[in-house]
Amino acid sequence: MNEFIKNEYERLVKYYGAAGGDTKALLSKNYASMVINGNKVLAKNSTKGIIIEAEKIEDGVYARIRIKKGYKSKNPVHLCFGMLPMEGRQYIRTEIFAEEESEVKFIAHCIFPNAVKVEHIMDSNVKVGKGAKVEYEEVHFHGKEGGVKVIPKTRAVVGEWGMYNSTFVIKSGRAGFVDIDYEVRLGENAKSMLLTKIYARGDDLIKANESVILEGAHSSGVIKTRMALRDKAKSEVIGKTVGLGAYSRGHVNCTEIIMDDAEAIASPVVMANNPKAKVTHEAAIGSVDKKQLLTLMARGLTEEEAIDIIVGGLLK
Amino acid sequence: MMLKVENLRIVREGKEILKNVNFEIAPQEIHLVLGINGSGKTTLAQAIMGIYPCEGKILFEGEDITHLSVWERARKGITLAFQEPARFEGLLVKDYLMVSAKNKSISKLEEVIKMVGLPRNILFKEVGDNLSGGERKRVELASVLLMEPKLAILDEPDSGIDMLSCKLISEVIERMKSMGTSVMLITHSEDMINIADRATILCAGKVVASGERDEIKRLFKYSPCPLKR
Repeated sequence: MNEFIKNEYERLVKYYGAAGGDTKALLSKNYASMVINGNKVLAKNSTKGIIIEAEKIEDGVYARIRIKKGYKSKNPVHLCFGMLPMEGRQYIRTEIFAEEESEVKFIAHCIFPNAVKVEHIMDSNVKVGKGAKVEYEEVHFHGKEGGVKVIPKTRAVVGEWGMYNSTFVIKSGRAGFVDIDYEVRLGENAKSMLLTKIYARGDDLIKANESVILEGAHSSGVIKTRMALRDKAKSEVIGKTVGLGAYSRGHVNCTEIIMDDAEAIASPVVMANNPKAKVTHEAAIGSVDKKQLLTLMARGLTEEEAIDIIVGGLLK
Repeated sequence: MMLKVENLRIVREGKEILKNVNFEIAPQEIHLVLGINGSGKTTLAQAIMGIYPCEGKILFEGEDITHLSVWERARKGITLAFQEPARFEGLLVKDYLMVSAKNKSISKLEEVIKMVGLPRNILFKEVGDNLSGGERKRVELASVLLMEPKLAILDEPDSGIDMLSCKLISEVIERMKSMGTSVMLITHSEDMINIADRATILCAGKVVASGERDEIKRLFKYSPCPLKR
């Protein structure tokens, strides 16, 4: 690693640590990991069962991650995607393939502390083999400016008895503009849970379009969205579950708290073409629950302190 | 006096819910508020906590608190446990208890959780739908205990609770008293009535009697609400 890259790497890792990332894991050879700043791969580490390859492409980075057949990773894979300058565009295309009966958890930290005009575009294809389990947790750390555009797109295909769970979180800093586009297709007896938690402030705009297609018999999927919006923030959430397989079960659950002049639209979509499938939904948008608020205030918290606790719980 | 309510009047949606209510609670007193459904007990409890605006005066330790907000009253030492406690998604019992706890050590939390008859592992559960109604009520009581208030207003802490747990809750309330807390207790349970020092009967928004427990208990049995709305 030359001196310039080393400096860049160390600066990013410092932010990564401050954001709650496990820096020891990032530096350990026992953990599969990858660190990308802008469109530059600063470091990557493969392990016995997890192969990480990455290369620069014309407009960004192309990364392939393969979890070998039957390999059950005890350690999570740590990914650090950052952009330290105030302006720039990051494009990362990933192919994740969890082979048959493998198990892995990804912890991705996306760090844009100084963003004034930054675009972060993720384009992921995930293939989960028969009986394999993949968990993907993505936590964002943004600055106070709100100048980030986050555009994550995932297409996941989960084989029979497989599992794909994804968690997307933006709680610290301004969310900025977020446009989530996730689609998961489930085979027989496969499962998936898509969880999104965002705290939007200022004039942040959040769009989330998530679908779980229950293709296989006995497959099941849940789309869960939790958002808190204040100031003039807006959200448009579409959670869609489609029951195609017999005895498939899908559920869309969206709860949003709005404060000040914030606006929220939630559209749960449930579709089925198999009479033996069952797809359900629930959505609730409203101000902070009055009884929760009064309960905490009766314990001595101010209204603002009480709201912080309630919203903190919702997004936990 | 710990609490003195003078000529308290509350009108909601054009209807007079409380009509010139006067009553007092002494330091370290368990004061029972009796009344049939709709007599205004919960409204009175919530008015003292500052949830409803009212006419009249509320004095706490001699200070006029009528125009203070809910949290300002709480910081002076008043708290309220709702009849149907709120549920909080994502908030663990231990974190909820920490909000009010004066002593925030985990050993104190464990001690109080045990006192209200709950297992230690409940500390790591959410204060959400996974708790039964009875468990949630007892968590609420633990939260009040940990706050060590000067005045605890308990709105039917026994409703939805089995007989055995009612006895335990009575013991907890007596413990509060021994720790120096005054308790305003709204209940229908015979067990709990018997731990009170004094009582007040509320009927159609008015105080119809106030005095020693046994005397008021007899009156209430004979004529629970002699007035009509």
